[in-house]
Amino acid sequence: MAENTPAGSTTDGAITVGQPVEQPADARVSAAPSYDVADFPVPNGREEEWRFTPLERLRGLHDGTAEATGSLRVEVTAPEAVTVQTVDRTDPRVGKAGKPVDRVVAQAFSAFEKASVISVPKDTVLTEPVRISVHGEGGVAYGHQVVEVGAFAEAVVVLDHTGDTTLAANVEFLVGDGAKLTVVSVQDWADTAVHVAQHTALVGRDASFKSVVVTFGGDVVRLHPRVVYGATGGEADLFGLYFTDRGQHQEHRLFIDHDTPHCRSNVAYKGALQGQDAHAVWIGDVLIRAAAEGTDTYELNRNLVLTDGARVDSVPNLEIETGEIVGAGHASATGRFEDEQLFYLMSRGIRAEDARRLVVRGFFGELVQQIGLPDLEERLMAKIDTELEAAVG
Amino acid sequence: MATLEIHDLRVTVEADNATKEILKGVDLTVKQGETHAIMGPNGSGKSTLAYSLAGHPKYTVTGGTVTLDGEDVLAMTVDERARAGVFLAMQYPVEIPGVSVSNFLRTSATAVRGEAPKLRTWVKEVKEAMEHLHMDPSFAERNVNEGFSGGEKKRHEILQLELLKPSIAILDETDSGLDVDALRIVSEGVNRVRENGEVGTLLITHYTRILRYIKPDFVHVFSAGRIVESGGAELADKLEEEGYESYVKGGAAA
Repeated sequence: MAENTPAGSTTDGAITVGQPVEQPADARVSAAPSYDVADFPVPNGREEEWRFTPLERLRGLHDGTAEATGSLRVEVTAPEAVTVQTVDRTDPRVGKAGKPVDRVVAQAFSAFEKASVISVPKDTVLTEPVRISVHGEGGVAYGHQVVEVGAFAEAVVVLDHTGDTTLAANVEFLVGDGAKLTVVSVQDWADTAVHVAQHTALVGRDASFKSVVVTFGGDVVRLHPRVVYGATGGEADLFGLYFTDRGQHQEHRLFIDHDTPHCRSNVAYKGALQGQDAHAVWIGDVLIRAAAEGTDTYELNRNLVLTDGARVDSVPNLEIETGEIVGAGHASATGRFEDEQLFYLMSRGIRAEDARRLVVRGFFGELVQQIGLPDLEERLMAKIDTELEAAVG
Repeated sequence: MATLEIHDLRVTVEADNATKEILKGVDLTVKQGETHAIMGPNGSGKSTLAYSLAGHPKYTVTGGTVTLDGEDVLAMTVDERARAGVFLAMQYPVEIPGVSVSNFLRTSATAVRGEAPKLRTWVKEVKEAMEHLHMDPSFAERNVNEGFSGGEKKRHEILQLELLKPSIAILDETDSGLDVDALRIVSEGVNRVRENGEVGTLLITHYTRILRYIKPDFVHVFSAGRIVESGGAELADKLEEEGYESYVKGGAAA
């Protein structure tokens, strides 16, 4: 590794505490959330919510020129108790979790033909995961999916994205009172794919929502994982893992809206970057509104830059409008795999590629264990090894 | 029998856009079973010698040869040198976040030995080595050098020395920053490795203190990038009394 050009990285952060909020986290954007694409101006790249995104690589998803000409193969494998329906946009469950927050996902909402609704009946505890496989077969597509988990039901949903596509989509998770939902969304796209999506969870009373976002592939991936609480006692754990290679743009923009008392949230995203113009963006917005007494929240983002030429933008924002909370914090750090670390490991006989693997596996290992899904753990670690080998080779 | 031969070694380093020669022709032969102390004032180039032998990329070898049993050490990569039997205990070991001590030790033992140690004997081996160095078992679960105190870092270096069993051990200021108790524990570790007679030791130090615990066969005074005087253990006594002053002046005049 050459040591001359340091990897570009910015890590800004803000904690705002107090009553007057001129620009709440969700209002820094250029338009209010809306179901209608016409409510959003066409972005020019200078807007707060678009300033990191390469608009020219979105293939027209942002300016209305991308017509839905492509196809997606969607397959759902679910245990018997689960119902899978295809509905149109008048179904009351469509759009229930929240409105689209930027022009592309509003475009998706305005353009999708049919939505699929996957329902887990109340009190049903699934022993097998629901698998939704989304395979892109080229062209432009707009999608909408709703996963609804009834009161006191428990489910794991794995959303697997593969193939090539230009996709804008909304995925909604309606987590009933006392229910537990874990969603794993894997972006394992071909290197040519463009994927912009909003994943919004509406967490019910005393319900638990766990999200695991794993992004490896794609030319541009821009995701909005969002959580809103419908009632008190809700819990949300948002885990993320990304491996950004040469030329890839992977952007995760999280928002947790603590508008309800006694809810908890925990965010941990980790990413590794390698190669020229690998660009990872992580935005973590947490808003604790005046009514949200007893809130407990923490968010963390860690990045590991393995080579020169990669760039990380990591921006945590925490806004607190009430002092009556249990805890609130954030941490963001971007580190580099240093030449001195490589030297130390090699001086103990460890080959350079093994040294890199040791460090990267170590970096992700703790997070992967925290996710608590043994099947996924193995798959992720294997995938991380593959990514590393691709870089070394 | 392992022999490290250093002949007329010249090394430069880039600093402030200038190339500076640090080692100006070092000659030294270290045989298996021998302990050589290299003593010298700050800035004399002692640590540069240590890092150059291990192959640190910051240093450029501009002349001379280094061989281990006739093999050209300078042609080897850093990891190849370690596998050939060269070990450097560092003065400032670096932190490796996310990598546990136990994982690190096993990975490195596997690399150096050429095969993964059998799990059962390995666990016992590590446990015993750690007990000898008065290290708590929980140490193995911590990340490499992360949050270690100065003494813990040095013990961890000597732990690796004991487990990797090199033929040439270079100890770069292992005594610096240690209190008397820690110095004794670390020295005992070095002596255990020396007692089996299979290692040639290059003990680099600023102070004579460590030589009360680790008796050298040879003492070399290092100044201005070369060895300026060599002798037996009695030379250390002379340095203890007189310091480096005469050598520094001599070096500056040369």
